[in-house]
Amino acid sequence: MITDLFNVKRWEAFFKVLPGQYIPGFLMTLRVALAGLLLALVLGIIFGLFSTSKVKICKLLSRIYVEFFQNTPLVVQVFFYYACLPYVIGGRVPKFTLGVIGVGIYHGAYISEVIRTGIEAVPRGQFEAAYSQGFNYLQTMRYIVLPQTIKIIMPSLANQALNLVKNTSVLAMVAGMDLMYYADSWGSDRGYFVQAYLPCALMYFLICFPLAKLARWLEVRAKQTPVPKKRKEVA
Amino acid sequence: MGAVLSPIFTKANVSFMMQGLVMTVLIAVCTILLSLVFGTIMAMIRHFCTGKRAVLSALAGAYIEIFRCTPNILWILWIRFTMQGDPTFKAIFSCTLFTTAVVAEIVRGGLNGIPKGQFEGAASQGFSFWQTMFLIVLPQTYKSIIPAMLSQVITVIKDTSFLKVVDIAEFMRNSSVVMGQLRMPAQILALYVFIAMVYFVICFSLSCVVRYYQKKIRT
Repeated sequence: MITDLFNVKRWEAFFKVLPGQYIPGFLMTLRVALAGLLLALVLGIIFGLFSTSKVKICKLLSRIYVEFFQNTPLVVQVFFYYACLPYVIGGRVPKFTLGVIGVGIYHGAYISEVIRTGIEAVPRGQFEAAYSQGFNYLQTMRYIVLPQTIKIIMPSLANQALNLVKNTSVLAMVAGMDLMYYADSWGSDRGYFVQAYLPCALMYFLICFPLAKLARWLEVRAKQTPVPKKRKEVA
Repeated sequence: MGAVLSPIFTKANVSFMMQGLVMTVLIAVCTILLSLVFGTIMAMIRHFCTGKRAVLSALAGAYIEIFRCTPNILWILWIRFTMQGDPTFKAIFSCTLFTTAVVAEIVRGGLNGIPKGQFEGAASQGFSFWQTMFLIVLPQTYKSIIPAMLSQVITVIKDTSFLKVVDIAEFMRNSSVVMGQLRMPAQILALYVFIAMVYFVICFSLSCVVRYYQKKIRT
């Protein structure tokens, strides 16, 4: 393994396939992660608000969504889409769409839970005080509840984003043309495992490590009590 | 309906898939137990190695960051080729690698929650460091991390399905083998629903236990 690490010929072979396979794979992973995160956020916000609403049917829908997608493996979900989506849309499903739907719906369930706990962490009195001042539901959410919720949920959201990036690698199992797929196919083709997997790990690390740092920083910041902004004295 | 379902759920197919389920549970249990041991060691290094031995703490921290920031599949694939030995053993080893990093963070969170007075109290009674750890601190730590650890068990059970990619005879892989014999879309759909339901029943019951413990701790 150590001698493989310093094998110049193998590294040369790696740098030959870097522009043709690793860079497109990296961009694919990045694109799937960004679009997937967007979908997950949209679904998470909708179902998160559903689970805190007073309407029973919304609450039930949100519960079913969260429990089902959190308690089945992403691999099963992605293979299911891979097998069944072609019948629904009547044609081949682009791997990009498959990845976005897969990680988007899966992490949407997690983000929905994050948002629910965030909203529930804001004391009921805040809602009541806002209503007593004549705020309606949307105004209460916009001006009173959400600003407090956002601060609580930001660390968990950053963590979810990190896991989402890692989970895009599931695409490799259905030949998804992402970073993991190219690394694995080139690596097992040539047998240059160190040269195939080490740069791949490094590329994932490049995306995920800043997210991990961000999560930790947000966590520290969320624990600090807010200092009131200095107001200009009105003369 | 019967004509669609009966070719899927034959006696041979069901017993084959259940063998896979046993393998899944076996791998998950071994992974969790091993990661609990190594994770505890790593968390203790992170927590107690300061001053002269801070380099150990930094090494453990680097390990945790590396495995937290790279996909699980990558390690499963990499280990498959670069290690010699039994495939099941390699599968457990690779799952333990990345689960240890998560468990170490969970245990460290538990250790952080132990009040300093517990250490001081133990020291005043003449307990050595290891006595304090095994008799006073770790029992309290483990009790407080039960919900987080159970959630991690759910994650590990779901993660074992990644092992399909290295052809370990676990539940997802065995079910896929069964699926390879099916032709009708309705049969494939039915089998997917079955697979999802099996995972769901296991993981959902565990998550109910998690919720029960969380409620118990709060009250």
